[in-house]
Amino acid sequence: MRPTRLVIAAAALALATAACGGSTGGGGGASAPGATGFTPPKIEALKSLGASEGQVNLVAWAGYAEDGSNDPKVDWVHPFERASGCKVNTKVAGTSDEMVTLMKTGEYDAVSASGDASLRLIASGTVAPVTTDLVPSYKDVFAGLKLKPWNSVGGVAYGIPHGRGANLLMWRTDKVTPAPDSWSVVFDPASPYKGKLTAYDSPIYIADAALYLMATKPGLGIKDPYALDDKQFQAAVDLLKRQRQNVGEYWSDYTKAVQAFKSGDTVAGTTWQVIANLAEADKAPVKAILPKEGSTGWSDTWMVAAKAQHPNCAYKWLDWIISPKANAQVAEWFGEAPSNSKACAETADKGFCDTYHATDEDYFSKVHYWTTPIAQCLDGRTGVKCKDYSEWTRAWTEIKG
Amino acid sequence: MSVPLPGTPVAPASPPGRMDRPPGPRRRLAAALHRHAGVRLSLLLAAPLAWLGVAYLGSLAALFVTAFWSTDSFTGDLVRTFTWANFHDVLTIEVYRTVALRSLGVAVAVTLIDAVIAFPMAFAMAKLASPRTQRWLVIAVLTPLWASYLVKAYAWRVMLSSDGLLGWGYGLWATIATLSYLWLPYMILPIYAGLERLPDSLLEAAGDLGARGWRAFRTVVWPLTFPAIVAGSVFTFSLSLGDYIAVKIVGGRSQLIGNVVYDNIGAANNLPFAAAVATIPVVIMLVYLAAVRRTGALESL
Repeated sequence: MRPTRLVIAAAALALATAACGGSTGGGGGASAPGATGFTPPKIEALKSLGASEGQVNLVAWAGYAEDGSNDPKVDWVHPFERASGCKVNTKVAGTSDEMVTLMKTGEYDAVSASGDASLRLIASGTVAPVTTDLVPSYKDVFAGLKLKPWNSVGGVAYGIPHGRGANLLMWRTDKVTPAPDSWSVVFDPASPYKGKLTAYDSPIYIADAALYLMATKPGLGIKDPYALDDKQFQAAVDLLKRQRQNVGEYWSDYTKAVQAFKSGDTVAGTTWQVIANLAEADKAPVKAILPKEGSTGWSDTWMVAAKAQHPNCAYKWLDWIISPKANAQVAEWFGEAPSNSKACAETADKGFCDTYHATDEDYFSKVHYWTTPIAQCLDGRTGVKCKDYSEWTRAWTEIKG
Repeated sequence: MSVPLPGTPVAPASPPGRMDRPPGPRRRLAAALHRHAGVRLSLLLAAPLAWLGVAYLGSLAALFVTAFWSTDSFTGDLVRTFTWANFHDVLTIEVYRTVALRSLGVAVAVTLIDAVIAFPMAFAMAKLASPRTQRWLVIAVLTPLWASYLVKAYAWRVMLSSDGLLGWGYGLWATIATLSYLWLPYMILPIYAGLERLPDSLLEAAGDLGARGWRAFRTVVWPLTFPAIVAGSVFTFSLSLGDYIAVKIVGGRSQLIGNVVYDNIGAANNLPFAAAVATIPVVIMLVYLAAVRRTGALESL
């Protein structure tokens, strides 16, 4: 890695991405944290594709790299292997932190990181910037997903958007009346549904409370639910401590959530689209909406390891997984909105993209995607320290008591 | 096996025809080992001691050392500089005390419930049942151990659900009930073994001397089986103290020490703090074992 090449590459990337960046607009409104936050280690992106290395090692969420072993009809790995000549070795990770740990071993070429892992991978120099020109399908990715704070730093893309979804408010239509249109149904201390509410069991759920405060307590000045200073953070934690009195149980296992809504042990709370679908398929009288305050959500990103041993195959995989057909398959299997605008024409269920609001930028403009809270405020504030993720985790333990 | 066990007689002398030939290397080794008891013993114990030292105590030591480190909160890298901060937080922040006391309470409750259920069961198995029934009862007690932990915990979740068989709802009591069920065999079996060794003649003697049921239990059965109950309690107590899955499935909104450890590793990637929290159950268990040792239960196991 000669420094001159590196500088040229970085400059070229900065130019290219700045040009792309102009057209994106809209979205969550948060500026890239790299502009004000941290400076990632300088790592060179791949400049041109070479010959296939014959294999690629992936770290992925369950369901993101299916080779037909779970369901013979669900297979986009073997077609990729035939088309690219790259054998795929997948390591399924259960949590974002497992992904970070696995990637740090240096044995993997690419990872499907969620927003609460991606920045950590970038900051620790584990992943390299991505030359989006080498990923032909990238041009068809929804504008609302490109160069976002969780997949880019300072206008440099560090990954390829895979898909996205929102954390919704779900309730039992037979038990909760009138139908709620606000998160207040789960945050109201005097809730009539005491003991029957649910919440997501992860520190990242603090952002849901912050989002609610953003709408109901404008005096706190919360601009981004992942950038909370002491006072804002304390307000969110207090809100969650009061909420705990009314919570029946916290969920992190989605089958548990489906069962609790079916049996009526839970009547209202945060959920995913796939949970709502499963509960409805089991004839549970439930409904899920994006409340008026907006919501948190996730947007996953395929990233390439800085020390990838098979970078060419990794790039080929990146292009494959967001190509219309494969992107439609993975979105339908996992239950999320695809990232490729052309994927909607390829889904087996023609109404799929409507159900998951894939083309609805207005819908996703209300979604604040998960991202790792860091000490430098993600909303661009300077002169004030925000709470980082380890403090979020400690607070989550305290909230649960 | 060429290594003679201590105390076993020397192998019988070789048949006469072979006496003239010099002894083979196997025999020379056996003879040398026979002469040097210390070498023999250390060879025998090397493997288990290595296992105990490296895999068991080594990991405990690593845990304890890690507890004095910290992590870079952003990149998640370990920072290997000495700090008391983790222990300071564990001891001063109230929530960890609350969670530790709650876990302790759950472990004690599960142990007591299991002891109360297991004793009559084990007594019936050891003293009242016919040998044939006895065998079937042992199999019946062991059968639940063949089913997966998760299956059993989820079965309790379904039973406790408000439209389920029991319908108690989820929470700390649900957790105690589920754990009591899960660990019951570990209490029944040691007590059963202890009661088996209790000679029937002692009970008859107590009866002949005029002791009624309760008095015979209090003065004869209880003192003699107490070590067995303590042995069972070590299982139920330690298994409950470290559990974090059952409480996730049926615990509603409550959390135990195991969950705090898990969250700090799984969600926060803060291994040093998790290690500091994990020393709480280790200390509790050491205190418990020291107390058990004073009762003399460990000697008579």
